[in-house]
Amino acid sequence: MANLVNLIITGLATGAIYALVAIGFTLLWQTSQTINFAQGDFVMLPAFFMLPMLHAGVPYWLAILIGVILSMLILGYGYKKLLVDPIRKHGVLPLAIAGMALSIFMQEGVKNYTAEAHVFPALIPNLDFHIFGAVVSAQSIAVVVVALAVVIALQWLLNKTLVGHQMQATAQNSTVARLLGIPVERMVLYTFLINGALVAIASALVSPLIFAKFSTGNIMGMAAFTAAIVGGFNQVRGAIAGGLLLGVVNNIGSAYISAQYRDAIPLLLLILVILFRPQGLMGRAEERTV
Amino acid sequence: MKLSAFAIVASLVVALGLLVGPIFLSDYGRYILSMWIVMSIAAIGLNLTLGYAGQVSLAQGAFMGVGAYVSALMTIHGWPLPVAMLTSALVCLVLGWMLGYPALRVQHHYLAFVTLAFASLAFLIFRNEEWITGGVDGLANIPRPYFLWMATDGSLAFYYYCLGVLGLIALGYYGLVRSPWGRAFLALRENPVRAMSLGIDTRRYILVAFAIGSALGGVAGSLFAPLVQFVEPPAFAVDLSLKLLLMVIVGGSGFYFGPFLGALIAVLLPEWLRFTQGYYLMLYAFFVMLLLVISPSGILGIADKWITDRKTRVASAARAATASAFEETKQ
Amino acid sequence: MKLLKFAGLMVAASGLASVAHAADKSPIAMQDIAELSGGGATVGTHWRDGIDLAIRDINKAGGVLGHPLTVVHADTASSAGTARALMLKAIDAKPYVILGPGYSGSVAVTGPMAAKAKIPEIMGGEAEGLTLKGNDYLFRTSFGQQSTMPKVAKFIQDHWKAKSVAVAYVNNDFGKDGKNEVEKDLKALGINVVADLPSEAGQVDFASDVSKIKAAKPDVLFIYDNEEESANMMKELGREGVKIPIMGETTIAGQKVIDLAGKDAEGIYCHVGLTTDADIPAIQKFRKEFVDAYHYVPDHNGMKGWLAVQLVKAVTEKMGKVDQADFAKTLHGMTISAKTDPGILMTVTYSKTGDLSRESFLVHVENGKQKIVQILPPLKN
Repeated sequence: MANLVNLIITGLATGAIYALVAIGFTLLWQTSQTINFAQGDFVMLPAFFMLPMLHAGVPYWLAILIGVILSMLILGYGYKKLLVDPIRKHGVLPLAIAGMALSIFMQEGVKNYTAEAHVFPALIPNLDFHIFGAVVSAQSIAVVVVALAVVIALQWLLNKTLVGHQMQATAQNSTVARLLGIPVERMVLYTFLINGALVAIASALVSPLIFAKFSTGNIMGMAAFTAAIVGGFNQVRGAIAGGLLLGVVNNIGSAYISAQYRDAIPLLLLILVILFRPQGLMGRAEERTV
Repeated sequence: MKLSAFAIVASLVVALGLLVGPIFLSDYGRYILSMWIVMSIAAIGLNLTLGYAGQVSLAQGAFMGVGAYVSALMTIHGWPLPVAMLTSALVCLVLGWMLGYPALRVQHHYLAFVTLAFASLAFLIFRNEEWITGGVDGLANIPRPYFLWMATDGSLAFYYYCLGVLGLIALGYYGLVRSPWGRAFLALRENPVRAMSLGIDTRRYILVAFAIGSALGGVAGSLFAPLVQFVEPPAFAVDLSLKLLLMVIVGGSGFYFGPFLGALIAVLLPEWLRFTQGYYLMLYAFFVMLLLVISPSGILGIADKWITDRKTRVASAARAATASAFEETKQ
Repeated sequence: MKLLKFAGLMVAASGLASVAHAADKSPIAMQDIAELSGGGATVGTHWRDGIDLAIRDINKAGGVLGHPLTVVHADTASSAGTARALMLKAIDAKPYVILGPGYSGSVAVTGPMAAKAKIPEIMGGEAEGLTLKGNDYLFRTSFGQQSTMPKVAKFIQDHWKAKSVAVAYVNNDFGKDGKNEVEKDLKALGINVVADLPSEAGQVDFASDVSKIKAAKPDVLFIYDNEEESANMMKELGREGVKIPIMGETTIAGQKVIDLAGKDAEGIYCHVGLTTDADIPAIQKFRKEFVDAYHYVPDHNGMKGWLAVQLVKAVTEKMGKVDQADFAKTLHGMTISAKTDPGILMTVTYSKTGDLSRESFLVHVENGKQKIVQILPPLKN
């Protein structure tokens, strides 16, 4: 029993990582119907903006801040202007495929710079908490807290502010939104900038736990897609639910069912959800657009 | 869409080149061309599913894997390759039909993720079910086939074997896309609701598109096994499915020659970009993104647009000429 | 346009260079087939850089018997199918030797081809079966698993008097083959493997693996994972306060893993065939040069690449001529002393099968550094 509790709690901690990656993924989908197949790599990359600064002795907070700004510029603004805007008019699928190419591009780029795994310093180093007999590092708790805070902030922004209402209107029907005088383009840009900042924060929080390496985006990306779909693609809070569930299911599955098939269990869950509840566990049903 | 004289001549030249050219190539060149054939067949299958019927699939590499394992196991145990190939095709046909069911319920990115999950599961089965697949160590010593009484151990003989299979498939593929089925696929891609209202049984055609596309993946796999003479799980990981998808997109999805061209670029790419050392994959990825910005229907999409534009220009110039001639006669 | 001019200049320059060489001494050409992208990219990058560094050094010192060395690198994308293609291409180029590949599957496919072409192949694979197929042209650069695992098993028995062991391994050909080998060797000593813990490359959460270790209560845990997974496993053990003696093979005592795992790597024991942390002047010199050139610390794969080239040098100088036909014959049964050939780093003897024996180390991690506690003598062939 203690064992099961432990598996659940560590699973939640890992799941929070997936959730943090998945939030931006659902956000882009909601406001601009963009499927970012490179989302995992978006989280991999900012660590490599920050690491050289940290090695050069730049203070931690400043390195993270510059990393976030760079990420907003490159992975937010640049991604939107250079890739999404020109391709989006061709449809959802070409953009998804461009994301796959972007993923290769980013991974190979970082690999040519360094193929090593790097230690990334933690915000809160060497501190463990005991919760119901399980031991969780302070860093993992920080991930959970930040993920929750981000979702609450985003929910607030989307549901309670004018900008948020405008963003939602844009997401639901950009033509009508435009007619209503909403600066649609600016609204979409905001979500990309938010995603840019989110992935950089995720990168700084997650890299101490999984290390900084060119290939981490593969695992993170796959987990984030699964989390987003299981939780609900069109709800920011779905990403949290999906991520946490995924972390727990993964641990319990590999402990009690099969370690060889540990990766299969979330995939089966994904297939079942898509077949029987495509809107996700937390999502609203979306009208089928053809 | 009629084949112009130019297209016929070009096809004949290419066919002749494929028949005669490899005689002058090294073993390496023949191997690369054989690999191109294998990838083309798999990409043709995906082009039917994606390009013609509009159903995205990220599982084509998994079907290649199923085909490769089935035919490796059968030929190692003494079955002739054609039997193994048909069995592979049949197994993948059934699996593809089953994978088509989710496509009846969900579309676009959901379908992409279902098929991606399927491909990941297939990899895990290849790796974990050691009793049949040989597990992590894979299956070695896969024999090359006989054609009638001739062994195809040599690179040239096996190349012709592959080319023969490709020839048959290319003919069937040509027939299929021009058949009512092919037109139904297109209708499905362009506007499923309209297709349904026109009395097309969209459900059945979606399943058929998946089944045939997957079966061709199986055929490609059953040539891959004797070509490399070794199959192992990482060869059929999700990467392969992504690669095949990029081939179809780069070549031109929905164009008859798209998969041939896309596979050619992907197979020869490391060769062409050898001078860039470690940067060839980056350049390829960059090229794909650039292409998607310019033309989401691939290289052939650009060519097609160029030809159409030119035809329109010629036609409007002709119209203008007749119009002005008409004006002149009036005066 | 500028780029074109530059390219033109480069071509002209290389043309001139080859003319100059032809007048002097023709270069010794090698082909390298490595995992430069895909799952083996990190390993392949080390291997490639090790090769380049060795070639640079040797050429700076006047080459081999006056011939400069050259190499062409090719990327298998970690796939056996591509490796096969590249081997055909490499053979067409008629190289003196072929270096690589590292993945066992790729070696299994390419080995017979090189043998058929009678070109020596110096590879990085470690699976047991590779050298047992009667291939006279295939040579290792590190121990095969059949040489290392008996030492691991013996140490587990001698040091801890263990009766039961848990084996954690990365679930690919490298990990699974190693696990099968060590299981066999442990059984031969009457030690049971009580927990079988496969992990995925890139796995993050090791709680379920640790829960199995806690349930099975083995005397010793043997870890045979990649660097990141080894570190994450040890971190999880540390976090849950599981005190269990840990044994490893090569990977987990690397400085990289020690840095990644921090305090949780303290006290582990590890058998190490090649390590850039060994307190041997030649190895430290290699390491320094490598870091200066590539700005990262090489692991054993970097050393393997370097050693592959040094092997070519040593064998060729022993023959006194560049003679491909005699290369394999000369290397079989040959001992290369680190005294006469400092580049070889540690004295090594090759067997008739292409396996090698040399000293190896048992190390203990203390205060964030590996410390050699025992030097194991080379096995008799």
